[in-house]
Amino acid sequence: MKYMLLIYLEEGALNEAERQACYAESTQLAHELYEKGVYVAANPLQPAASATSVRVRDGKRFVTDGPFAETREQLGGYFLIEASDLDEALDVAARIPVARKGTVEVRPVVELPGLPGR
Amino acid sequence: MSDVVEGVRATLESLYRSESRQVLATLIRLLGDFDLAEDALQEAFTAALEQWPRDGVPGNPRAWLISAGRFKAIDALRRRARFDSSAAEIAERLQAAVADRDEEGLEDDRLRLIFTCCHPALAPEAQVAMTLREVCGLTTEEIARAFLATPPAVAQRIVRAKKKIRDARIPYVVPSKEDLPHRLDAVLRTVYLVFNEGYSASFGESVTRHDLCAEAIRLGRLLAELLPDPEALGLLALMVLHDSRRAARVSPAGELVLLEDQDRSLWDGGQIREGTALVARAFASGQVGTYAIQAAIAAAHARARSSAATDWVQIVSLYDMLLAADPSSVVALNRAVAVAMRDGPQAGLELIEEILGRGELVNYHLAHAARAELCRRLGRTAEARASYERALGLARQEPERRFLGRRLAELG
Repeated sequence: MKYMLLIYLEEGALNEAERQACYAESTQLAHELYEKGVYVAANPLQPAASATSVRVRDGKRFVTDGPFAETREQLGGYFLIEASDLDEALDVAARIPVARKGTVEVRPVVELPGLPGR
Repeated sequence: MSDVVEGVRATLESLYRSESRQVLATLIRLLGDFDLAEDALQEAFTAALEQWPRDGVPGNPRAWLISAGRFKAIDALRRRARFDSSAAEIAERLQAAVADRDEEGLEDDRLRLIFTCCHPALAPEAQVAMTLREVCGLTTEEIARAFLATPPAVAQRIVRAKKKIRDARIPYVVPSKEDLPHRLDAVLRTVYLVFNEGYSASFGESVTRHDLCAEAIRLGRLLAELLPDPEALGLLALMVLHDSRRAARVSPAGELVLLEDQDRSLWDGGQIREGTALVARAFASGQVGTYAIQAAIAAAHARARSSAATDWVQIVSLYDMLLAADPSSVVALNRAVAVAMRDGPQAGLELIEEILGRGELVNYHLAHAARAELCRRLGRTAEARASYERALGLARQEPERRFLGRRLAELG
């Protein structure tokens, strides 16, 4: 079963050196997960200031600046993994370096049968 | 014939009480689905009521019920398979699975059930509700009454928890050795919460809340038996020792009686012996935690033949251990009260004023009640009155309020 690990962190919580260290550690983790057949995908995201939101209402497209979240912690990246149960997913989540400073939300993925690549 | 039916019915009622939770725990493992397992459990007992008067009570009723439950579930899945092809697959898999596993591992199923119900991914209220419902077999109405919630709210909590167990795939396992200490904490906390809910309300009117203490002790026994961790032993000891004083804690008029004023002949000697032996076992392991230390304090009180004969030197040193393990203000307050008993009210009062000065317990009624008590003993009546009034303003529970009111009146 697939789990999405959503990584939330207060923006500016890491300085440049810490960010690079965090990327390096996350990359290392991704390789380990890949070896074990757990890894599906992972990426950090550009800051929330780079985000644009799109809504379509009554066929009309509305494009606005930024996300709507008002929490201090913002979505900053993700891991998508294949795990046998929640405990295994939680073990991976606890190893994501940002878990030590921010929050990792673990959500099971709904596997739609009709999607390509299955 | 009707005598036979009545006999079987009585047997089944007693089996339901003693075995149904074990049967359910195993069915959940076999079927992988809480709702399916609960339905299967009910159907297995219904089938027994039909068949046992005719065929006789089987030699191993639990194995019979598990097997019957499993076949009922396969039938239900086959019926469902007309609409859902995945149900057919599950039914095939269940059919192919070894029909009669030996009894080994069945006790583990109860532990699995407790750990799954207390998984930290579930909200604490849901952990308590799930444990009482699935492990103890309490009804939704009973849980609601005990926790002053409405039955629909409790039902909703349980439905949501079951859905999360299924959708997020919370595993039905006893955690691995590395994870065990952390996960056991949640289980012990849930059991203690159930106990306290019953204990702190035991002067209330509802009988169900008494039952909560009994349920918590039953769970504690199960944990201590299946997983003799020092903290599991410690928690069981603590609950048994607290429960040993139940008859003495409340006056015939329903008023709360302080430990020092209790009629010790009302304490349950059997429970005290059991609790004391459990404390010794926990301490013998060399790794005592907060439950075992609290139990040791309760045991020290239980050993004293009178309030005056209490070994305060030992109790203060146990509080020192507890404070090291759990450096909280409430523990510091309790230690201060013990110090007052060992070294006199002045020594205790200085500690309490230091704790209140840190500002952490200024809104905690028991801190002001303790200060009032020591001021009273020192003859500082005006200060005692002010602190009792402060405590009364903060206390919520009616018996405590009446107690503080009486003390205040006694000051004259």
